[in-house]
Amino acid sequence: MSQGSDIIRILIAKVGLDGHDRGVKIVARTLRDSGMDVIYTGLHRTPEEVVRAAIQEDVDVIGVSILSGAHMTIFPRILELLKENKADDIIVTGGGVIPDEEVDALTKIGVKAILLQDTPPQTIVETIQRLVTERGPR
Amino acid sequence: MNNAVPSLELVERVLAADIGGIARMITRAESGLEECRPAMAELYRHTGKAHVVGITGVPGSGKSTLMGKLTAHIRKSGRKVAVVAIDPSSPYSGGAILGDRIRMSELSGDMGIFIRSMATRGSLGGLARATLDAVDVLDAAGFDLVLIETVGVGQDEVDIVQAAHTTVVVSAPGLGDDIQAIKAGVLEIADIHVVSKCDRPDANKTIVDLKAMMTLGLTLSGASGWVVPVIGTSALKMEGVEELVDTIDRHREALESSGELIERQKRIAERRMLKTAEEILRDEFKKHRDGKVSVLIGQMMAHEKNPYAAALDLLAEVRLEGHRQ
Ligand SMILES: Nc1nc2c(ncn2[C@@H]2O[C@H](COP(=O)(O)OP(=O)(O)OP(=O)(O)O)[C@@H](O)[C@H]2O)c(=O)[nH]1
Ligand SMILES: [Mg+2]
Repeated sequence: MSQGSDIIRILIAKVGLDGHDRGVKIVARTLRDSGMDVIYTGLHRTPEEVVRAAIQEDVDVIGVSILSGAHMTIFPRILELLKENKADDIIVTGGGVIPDEEVDALTKIGVKAILLQDTPPQTIVETIQRLVTERGPR
Repeated sequence: MNNAVPSLELVERVLAADIGGIARMITRAESGLEECRPAMAELYRHTGKAHVVGITGVPGSGKSTLMGKLTAHIRKSGRKVAVVAIDPSSPYSGGAILGDRIRMSELSGDMGIFIRSMATRGSLGGLARATLDAVDVLDAAGFDLVLIETVGVGQDEVDIVQAAHTTVVVSAPGLGDDIQAIKAGVLEIADIHVVSKCDRPDANKTIVDLKAMMTLGLTLSGASGWVVPVIGTSALKMEGVEELVDTIDRHREALESSGELIERQKRIAERRMLKTAEEILRDEFKKHRDGKVSVLIGQMMAHEKNPYAAALDLLAEVRLEGHRQ
């Protein structure tokens, strides 16, 4: 099989209180079907848990899904923790339901892509692949 | 890998137990690229201290959940624990969903614990190709125990015996109606049997059946005189976990005092050398597919060369490659 060096590793986490994981599971499957290794960490994760897992798993990308509206605190916290741990080469992306003006704010602070709820699967895959290519080897 | 950190620079970070360094080194080992070989060679010199425990059993038997509890419990004695959890890659896309971490989330705050998920990437037998390389990295980094969760493939995961010092087979009640679900092959590889989910009413039957089957002589207790125990656990009620930790420790002691540990280390080394040789051969075959290999295949199809002679030629080619390094 593949030598693996080109296999993208992505951690998918659901942060916040809401208990639905159907959406993220579909995204996880889409990413797997495009050939990625997807580390799925389940529901109700804290930013601390997400960052620690991402570092241990040495992922290229973190994908955080938030439906419960706490994104303006959660994303800055994740970015800050990554920086503290010298792991800010990990690409942070987000998904879920986020109002337009907050999408802009999040992009400004370093969230590389926000994939809202109705983003087509192919766009999700291509976005992740593009971001990893742009970052380059590390 | 032009802008990337050279693997040799990661060695020091691994030996200093730096989490990011360990994680990146495992990724490099997983990539299987030549570039990481000298670093892995250096790390290998620092291995041999960790106790490696393999945990296997059919899908859904509760391996990950148990590993979470087990790890938390071992930590109470101050020892550092690493977990390598393996899940299958999709044969269609090559990608994988690695979900074992979900069951171990209570461990996430502890710096003495390291969890890594790994995809099989086409390997059969319940392990990934780079599993033991990852174990080396973790061993060199000073983890006292390394727990490997195999893919739950049911009866095919015998590889773990040639990778671990202690093999734990987890069976859950009600997964197959009778104990026949635990195939003899899997039964025989256990140093310790666990019947999980003992909070369920049908668990006792599974324990009784398992014990009965073992008295029928279906298990080998090995040269150490170790009698394979059956331990009931419940992650829900936190039962049996302490007993399991004690039993793993007792097994280690039995391996050491009987000399069996050295036998197992030898078995692991033999298996690794052979497996690695196979991998090198496969990689070389792929590399020369358009060159030497296709010439040989042409000769075979013209019936000028038989398969045996062609294989010897291929091996000679690989050897030449090896000398060049
Ligand atoms: N009642 C009960 N359920 C349990 C126990 N341990 C695990 N489970 C449940 O069994 C299911 C499977 O558990 P896992 O730990 O994911 O099993 P696994 O063997 O790691 O599964 P795979 O990695 O998919 O092969 C989950 O729904 C757990 O909640 C237990 O002690 N009691
Ligand atoms: Mg599991």
